[in-house]
Amino acid sequence: MARIELVELAHAYKPNPSAPTDYALRPMSMSWQDGGAYALLGPSGCGKTTLLNIISGLVKPSHGKVLFDGKDVTQLPTEARNIAQVFQFPVIYDTMTVHDNLAFPLRNRGWKEAEVKKRVQQVAQMLELSGDLKMRASGLSVDAKQKISLGRGLVRPDVAAVLFDEPLTVIDPHLKWLLRRKLKEIHHELKLSLIYVTHDQVEALTFADQVVVMTQGEVVQTGSAQALFEAPEHTFVGYFIGNPGMNLLECTVEDGQARVAGQLLALSEPARAALAGAQGKITLGVRPEFVECVSADQAGADTLAATVLAVRNMGTHYLAEFQLGGVTVAAKLRAIDAAAGDSVRLRFPPERTLYYLNDKRVA
Amino acid sequence: MKTDNNRAWFLILPVLLCVAFSAILPLMTVVNYSVQDILSPTQKVFVGTEWFRMVMLDGDLHSALLRQLLFSGSVLAIQIPLGILIALCMPADGWKASLALVLIALPLLIPWNVVGTIWQIFGRGDIGLMGYTLNSLGINYNYNGNSLDAWLTVMVMDIWHWTPLVALLCYAGLRAIPDAYYQAARIDGASRLAVFRYIQLPKLRNVLMIAVLLRFMDSFMIYTEPFVLTGGGPGNATTFLSQYLTQKAVGQFDLGPASAFSLIYFLIILLFCFVLYTWMQRVGTGDQK
Repeated sequence: MARIELVELAHAYKPNPSAPTDYALRPMSMSWQDGGAYALLGPSGCGKTTLLNIISGLVKPSHGKVLFDGKDVTQLPTEARNIAQVFQFPVIYDTMTVHDNLAFPLRNRGWKEAEVKKRVQQVAQMLELSGDLKMRASGLSVDAKQKISLGRGLVRPDVAAVLFDEPLTVIDPHLKWLLRRKLKEIHHELKLSLIYVTHDQVEALTFADQVVVMTQGEVVQTGSAQALFEAPEHTFVGYFIGNPGMNLLECTVEDGQARVAGQLLALSEPARAALAGAQGKITLGVRPEFVECVSADQAGADTLAATVLAVRNMGTHYLAEFQLGGVTVAAKLRAIDAAAGDSVRLRFPPERTLYYLNDKRVA
Repeated sequence: MKTDNNRAWFLILPVLLCVAFSAILPLMTVVNYSVQDILSPTQKVFVGTEWFRMVMLDGDLHSALLRQLLFSGSVLAIQIPLGILIALCMPADGWKASLALVLIALPLLIPWNVVGTIWQIFGRGDIGLMGYTLNSLGINYNYNGNSLDAWLTVMVMDIWHWTPLVALLCYAGLRAIPDAYYQAARIDGASRLAVFRYIQLPKLRNVLMIAVLLRFMDSFMIYTEPFVLTGGGPGNATTFLSQYLTQKAVGQFDLGPASAFSLIYFLIILLFCFVLYTWMQRVGTGDQK
């Protein structure tokens, strides 16, 4: 186990990158605590697998350093880094039994056979593979094969970290849920550092203590599930996390007020200060959970006129869509007494309304 | 369960017709010859199993069969490992890969009799590069006079001609292994040997099976190259089964024994392929504990 630090790390697959878009991974510095459970969350192609492969040493970064417990391992090959990684699709050694598959990483490192046996049984127990140990691995189902892959990742107790690259993609939904919980239990039990790559926000938020959100090769925010939900630092985080994502409305500032879709909205004190004289694209962000719908005659400085587009009853809440000027605003409401076509006013609570300057949060 | 509709069988009629004309009818002609003594176009006698008995007791045939088995066995034992080794050493991508593929495939493009001629000249002591070099090094090499030299030359020729096929098949098999396997092996700390033993070899099983079957059948039927190179000599040292058969059928016009022998030959190949196939299948999946 080790603390992992990335120092001004960047990676470009082609030589001599100049523009930011030349980088698969834009320059970043980050520190990951020993024994933590982290998730790397982002859409496909955002560079999260590249980052993972750099940590494990499968890819050598073009810039910067990787430190394990302060020791520079950038030039060390994977074999010398003492790290475990589980891949998206099951990788098993066809000709071996389940037991031999799990024992393989230990035997390669010269463990004594008695200890190998003990450890393999322990890991098999955790993953509920004990009954299959004598089976040949190639004959098992995809689920079981992926469990073997997970087991090989977890079998070495002394690794710096275990890296997971979307390991539950091939698992069916019910088992996925069980395995995710299992991994969390194992994390508590073994106190291994885990880094988990996924594009599924639910998976990331339930698994990890800290979620690292990436887009286009850039880390845009690192934080707890709560921080990502309540205070997205980047419009991408707002849009990507949540279902539906944050309402993002472009606006301009006039005389200490925001002009949104042709209407004026009062700015909170900190927002007014942050946006005074701001140059660039200003975006207003408010989560659907915080949007309130009031009747058309309850005009206020923090409300905007809108038309109801559609209302869906989701069982636990209503999901409503509103037309506000040229844009659509979504809201999750406990109750609504308006139907499609009605004119209403939407209230954006000032303490829940965030402002972004060039996609970065300023208030 | 009872089949309700048998009309589907009509759909395979065209295939049946093709196979009948391309395989079954010619084979039946051979069967026809093998049970008759044809004295003249108008005079023939049914002889039952006489030709078969005669052929089975033929000492020359026994030694040709042994020679054939030894030959096929040794070329397989060399070509398969050598082919794997070459495939492992070939570059994976870029222009080097294309170049290597073309160079490796070259011997496969040369017609059989030309291969024989090339090696016939190559091995000559007076003008051949190999024969002359060997002789000037003090090695008494003469494939026309010495049976061991003849044998070795035929073997080296076959290895040169056909190892590329094994290499190409293995190369294709190796390229089909997903990168994740190699990455996982690095994570697991596997040695180069372990990667070969536990990843590459198991993943090559299917192409190797094809390679072994193809090479076995081809080498078991080898004819043109030794015929051109040594003519089966010196003595009978490089007379393999098909050449022996040709001598009987075309040389001496003993159609009866030759046909009987053809059928036996056919059955031997069929049997060997079946055994090899079943065995290799078993090696891959059978030993489940």
